Amino acid sequence: MKTDKELYSEIAVDVNVAKECGLTEKEYEMICDILGRVPTYTEIGIYGVMWSEHCSYKNSIKQLKTLPRSGGRLLVDAGEENAGLIDIGHGYAICFKIESHNHPSAIEPFQGAATGVGGILRDIFSMGARPIAALNSLRFGELTTPRIKYLLRGVVEGISHYGNCFGVPTVGGEIYFEDCYHDNPLVNAMAVGIVKTDKTASAGATGPGNPVFIVGSSTGKDGIHGASLLASREFDELTEDMRPTVQVGDPFSEKLLLEATLELIDAGVVVGVQDMGAAGICCSTSEMSAKGKVGMKIDLDLVPLREQNMSAYEIMLSESQERMLFIIEKGKEAEAIRICNKWDVPITQIGEITDSGVLEIYRFGNLVVNMDAEPLVLGGGAPQYDRETKEPEYLKLTRNFDFTQLNINHTLSDAFWKILKSPSLASKKWIFEQYDSQVRTNTVDITGDAAIMRLKELPGMGIAVKTDCNSKFVYLNPYVGGLIAVAEAARNVVCVGAEPVGITNCLNFGNPYDPEVYWTFKEAVKGMGDACRALNTPVTGGNVSFHNESRNRAIFPTPTIGMLGLIDDLNKTSKSGFQNENDVICLVGNNREELGGSEYLKVMHDLVTGDAPMLDIEEEKRLYKVILDAIGNKIINSAHDISDGGLALCLAEKAIKSNGNLGAEIFIGENTIGKLFGESQSRVVVSLSDDNFAKLESLANANNIELRKIGQVTKERFSIEGCISTTVNELKLAYEGAIPEIMG
Amino acid sequence: MKFGVIVFPGSNCDHDAFYATSGNLNQESVYLWHKDTVIPDDIDCVIVPGGFSYGDYLRCGAIARFSPIMNEVVKFAENGKPVIGICNGFQILIEAGLLPGALMRNASLHFLCKDIYLRTENNSTLFTSELKKDEVIRIPIAHGEGNYFADPDTIKMLEENNRIVFRYSTPEGEIKDEVNPNGSINNIAGIINEKGNVLGMMPHPERYSDEILGCNDGIKVFESILKHINKG
Repeated sequence: MKTDKELYSEIAVDVNVAKECGLTEKEYEMICDILGRVPTYTEIGIYGVMWSEHCSYKNSIKQLKTLPRSGGRLLVDAGEENAGLIDIGHGYAICFKIESHNHPSAIEPFQGAATGVGGILRDIFSMGARPIAALNSLRFGELTTPRIKYLLRGVVEGISHYGNCFGVPTVGGEIYFEDCYHDNPLVNAMAVGIVKTDKTASAGATGPGNPVFIVGSSTGKDGIHGASLLASREFDELTEDMRPTVQVGDPFSEKLLLEATLELIDAGVVVGVQDMGAAGICCSTSEMSAKGKVGMKIDLDLVPLREQNMSAYEIMLSESQERMLFIIEKGKEAEAIRICNKWDVPITQIGEITDSGVLEIYRFGNLVVNMDAEPLVLGGGAPQYDRETKEPEYLKLTRNFDFTQLNINHTLSDAFWKILKSPSLASKKWIFEQYDSQVRTNTVDITGDAAIMRLKELPGMGIAVKTDCNSKFVYLNPYVGGLIAVAEAARNVVCVGAEPVGITNCLNFGNPYDPEVYWTFKEAVKGMGDACRALNTPVTGGNVSFHNESRNRAIFPTPTIGMLGLIDDLNKTSKSGFQNENDVICLVGNNREELGGSEYLKVMHDLVTGDAPMLDIEEEKRLYKVILDAIGNKIINSAHDISDGGLALCLAEKAIKSNGNLGAEIFIGENTIGKLFGESQSRVVVSLSDDNFAKLESLANANNIELRKIGQVTKERFSIEGCISTTVNELKLAYEGAIPEIMG
Repeated sequence: MKFGVIVFPGSNCDHDAFYATSGNLNQESVYLWHKDTVIPDDIDCVIVPGGFSYGDYLRCGAIARFSPIMNEVVKFAENGKPVIGICNGFQILIEAGLLPGALMRNASLHFLCKDIYLRTENNSTLFTSELKKDEVIRIPIAHGEGNYFADPDTIKMLEENNRIVFRYSTPEGEIKDEVNPNGSINNIAGIINEKGNVLGMMPHPERYSDEILGCNDGIKVFESILKHINKG
């Protein structure tokens, strides 16, 4: 690729410039070796973003490769395309992915969250899929300070603004409040789409001579260095100054871009397409070229700009939103332009594909970039590191925590009410009602453990989707916490009657250069991988977000799982709340009484300690068999898994979400804290007609799963013998009133 | 019969109205493009759907009403043919002068999506003949600006002429402040024009027109229109 053409550099590059672009001295040397010369300023900028943590996965890819990333119903291997694709038969596939937008949301919550939603939606429709659902997984500090309330308000409004206007229903997610997220909230956005398997688009560029188009909004100075600096370092006193690196979202433009993109793909004029998110034109040109083993010749003077005289460096690194890079088949340009004009979406040719493998980029007539695409990208020449690991010191303390030293000066009833009202557990209605959850009229039920969506394309069939991660468990035992994150998400989709088929994940961790953080990362990925293999739910893709820490305090390791489940027959699903008076209530699963990492310990003792509850993945699988058979054969009338707050809170939620005003009378013998509030895994509470009990019993016996009757569904009153006696109305008031009371 | 569903840039309930009338009601439905300058003669009813036309970055519906198709919608309405505006469609019909009043930001200043109950105030319209007087239906709302406002004289005129078609109510049909989701005067959720052929409503009947979604109370609005057209 050596060239005689003279290269232009706006600024002379040396190692200090490289460092300003987020590169290390060693990486700078590698780049000079690859090029055989000193890079130009634009080139070093491109390397800076492409080799950033955010784009290159340099500190995570070796671990990610240990995850099951192919096989099963997967149509593309993880990481190969913009999002994962799961074959659901009958000529259709579900496309889904989750991504973080943590750091932008921390410094500009509204736009940070809004553009997080916008980015993940583009990943879905750049595959040719129409988005049918959005979810989000949020983590904030304790909801006690004005700053956290401001962040929550801003993030919720940002998600609401973007998703509602774009026209995708926001159907689920979870929100937890934990002190470790005080400075560094987590905003993980997931989107789900549907596509005909023969109408998917690829992110590869092929065919020398094919024209390269930029489609969508013009390019401005917003978001420069979003990926390389903001997303790839910790928070400190300088972070506030980085607000200009946050992009500004325009959901209206995105809606038009969606319609134009799907029509372009449907018209058969598209060779390849990639959305421009992190690292903008840099990332799309280099990744598409490397994937298709071609080069590109690009004239940046042709890129529509929001202001004049932007430098090549700025244009290449801009993260202006609502843009796509399209490779159009030569000869079909007029049709592509016609479609974009119809939707009033700007489309401009900025270059063409070459057979050289080289990115040749011009600005003001000067050649400013002349280098191979391959060394820039993940899977090509981007560095891949093994990082040092060390088991964290704190684990010695937490694992050896002596539960007998707990000073218990409360009644079981006190604990019950306090946990019910804790913001992490209380109803999030105040938040969810700000999201349009029904647009596109596919939303069947969002009150259960996972959201159920029908598929108009395949009448009678549906999907269930859920995000989940109990980060306290991952903190206390990264391996088991990783297992649990996957298992709990799968259990959630099972509880509505769906078969878990695949996951997407968003791995939120601290600084990977800290050996203790890296140890938790490695362990959690191992746990997730083992769970995914056992449950046959391969990883379809996702994203890693490191550097989630501030002032030397890392967040709890938070590997958020987005689970997809399939429903063959929408008549065979389950509700989570009680359905009929006089039904019997049964606990399906063990009664291990583990308190480690429980909400009880946090709320009543201000402790996050102990070990994570154990998880036997084989027991978990047998439980799924029992629950899915029981739902499929209409043996049970409701199913809700036991998670945060344990059995007591699971029962309360079943009453609050009941059909009408149904409560329960519960007898579990001697009430212990562990029995009521322990968060042991692999357990589900079901309700059913007593006539069906024998059938459930034989299912449980056949699968070696414990089963016990623990009570009966009643009208209006809710009681757990010896612990609590109240009405369903009181439960609702406490549960639904908690967050509005705090937010005012 | 044949429905025409208008597509503005930013409409996002257009597919839903199309599906409710074609998939659920089993009638023919076609899209009408915002740049069109003709509404075909065989269209029996125009639906101005929900969404965020032109992003609604300005006052909701304020730009959409200048779309070429809106001149045709006004003529279509003047000819006495049925026009129903849902949510953003209601906002656009007000901006176009086909219905009186204004839709302000919700009193809570939040976008709100939830199931609400509507009491049928007037079942003698072509849009509500399949409902009983005072019948309560469950239908979702999803809007940030649905707070109906008009000057006292207009409200008085609407009330006296039975032009308030739906009001937000309790499941039992009581009209109370507690169930007013957005601050609308007199719990107004939907109004009709003087001639009785243009209905605007904030709630989304097309969202509850399918049993599988847990409720199909909304389809009665479309069934009423169908009955009207079939009567000739």
